[in-house]
Amino acid sequence: MGDLIDLVLLAMLAITALQMIFLKDLFAVVMLFGIFSFLSALIFINLDAVDVAFTEASVGAGISTVLMLGTLAITGRKEKKSTHSSFLPLLVVCITGAALIYGTLDMPPFGHPNNPIHEHVAPRYIEESPKEVGLPNMVTSVLASYRGFDTLGETVVVFAALIGVLALLGVRRQEENDVPESGFKAHHVLHVVARFFIPLIILFALYVQFHGDFGPGGGFQAGVIAAAAFILYTLVFGLSRAFSVVGPKFLQVLASIGVLLYASVGLFSMYKGGQFLDYSKLAADPIVGQHYGIIIIELGVGITVFAVMLSIFYAFGSQAERSNIQ
Amino acid sequence: MNFILDYYNYWIVVFLMMTGFYIVISANNLIKKIVGLNVFQTSVFMLYISMGKVNGGTAPILVDGVTLYSNPLPHVLILTAIVVGVATTSVGLALIIRIKRAYGTVEENEFEKQDDAI
Repeated sequence: MGDLIDLVLLAMLAITALQMIFLKDLFAVVMLFGIFSFLSALIFINLDAVDVAFTEASVGAGISTVLMLGTLAITGRKEKKSTHSSFLPLLVVCITGAALIYGTLDMPPFGHPNNPIHEHVAPRYIEESPKEVGLPNMVTSVLASYRGFDTLGETVVVFAALIGVLALLGVRRQEENDVPESGFKAHHVLHVVARFFIPLIILFALYVQFHGDFGPGGGFQAGVIAAAAFILYTLVFGLSRAFSVVGPKFLQVLASIGVLLYASVGLFSMYKGGQFLDYSKLAADPIVGQHYGIIIIELGVGITVFAVMLSIFYAFGSQAERSNIQ
Repeated sequence: MNFILDYYNYWIVVFLMMTGFYIVISANNLIKKIVGLNVFQTSVFMLYISMGKVNGGTAPILVDGVTLYSNPLPHVLILTAIVVGVATTSVGLALIIRIKRAYGTVEENEFEKQDDAI
């Protein structure tokens, strides 16, 4: 049964991707990309990667699509006809594809328990992590504890991306007099529904944040979901009202606080006599120490991801609003 | 049939990868190129997750009575890669907005022509 679902979903994914080549309407291409992300999230669930599916559904289908639509609002939705021929790209793609297909025949067969990828560190993570780290969710154990240094680097990359976007776009200062009312002022249904949903989304984000040690979830997903709640608020009530709820300056401070919180856990464990990010030293009992460490660094990740995603959205939103004025 | 099932995931991954690659090199519009890059990126995610799957295994969350779990390591790598991916995509989109403001177009051949004119 699992194989059949896999076959059908992957075929749908391939069709969606193929259709993106032919469509000239960029709005439709971006919408197809949203569908593509949702389909891949379903495939990830089928392949047992529940945490990844969670992230893909909220990030790929949510935030990326919104950001691409925001860009389209500025650049226009029609793609012009290409002048150069498509023969050479097609040739390159076919040759590369054929070489890669030939290469896959040397891959170990799909799903075999004795494949090389399952031989080295993976058995250790599966067998020892519940005892060493004490969490049922192995993905969280590996992410936050065994490969904590890696995750710190990734959080810093997300933070660096925010610096890049702000350097390129900046966030427009609030000027009360010339701001046109953005958002859907006249849509009462949207207002009521949004007011009802936003607290629930934030509550769910908090659940994902703090339950990530035991079930699928964690800081990355929670940060994105919380940002989605405020993005919904901004879309419905307008940018200037969102700025008065969570200001861009405050978000920039928040983004750096998250990274610093993460790094300071590492330094504190060094102060306690362990190595960088060795949570076992944070408390007398190593398992309790691991718990403390993981909760704090996941919180740091969540805060940074939330602040970065919302700031990036603000930057795109204020650009779109500026092009509306002009 | 077994032979197909053994390699089907990898073939689809290669197909998606090539679709994304084709969009990137043939599209003239920068936003479409970004979409192509994202398709390419997702196909790499799919490759990693496919390799981590164990037949008959379950999601790597400890449950009593279950001994066979899928490999958690690719999940960790891809989970963070997705978030980093959206962050870098947004930098790309921000660059596109600047290009639009500077040249008035996001079609590759049009702003290259403007560059040549200068």
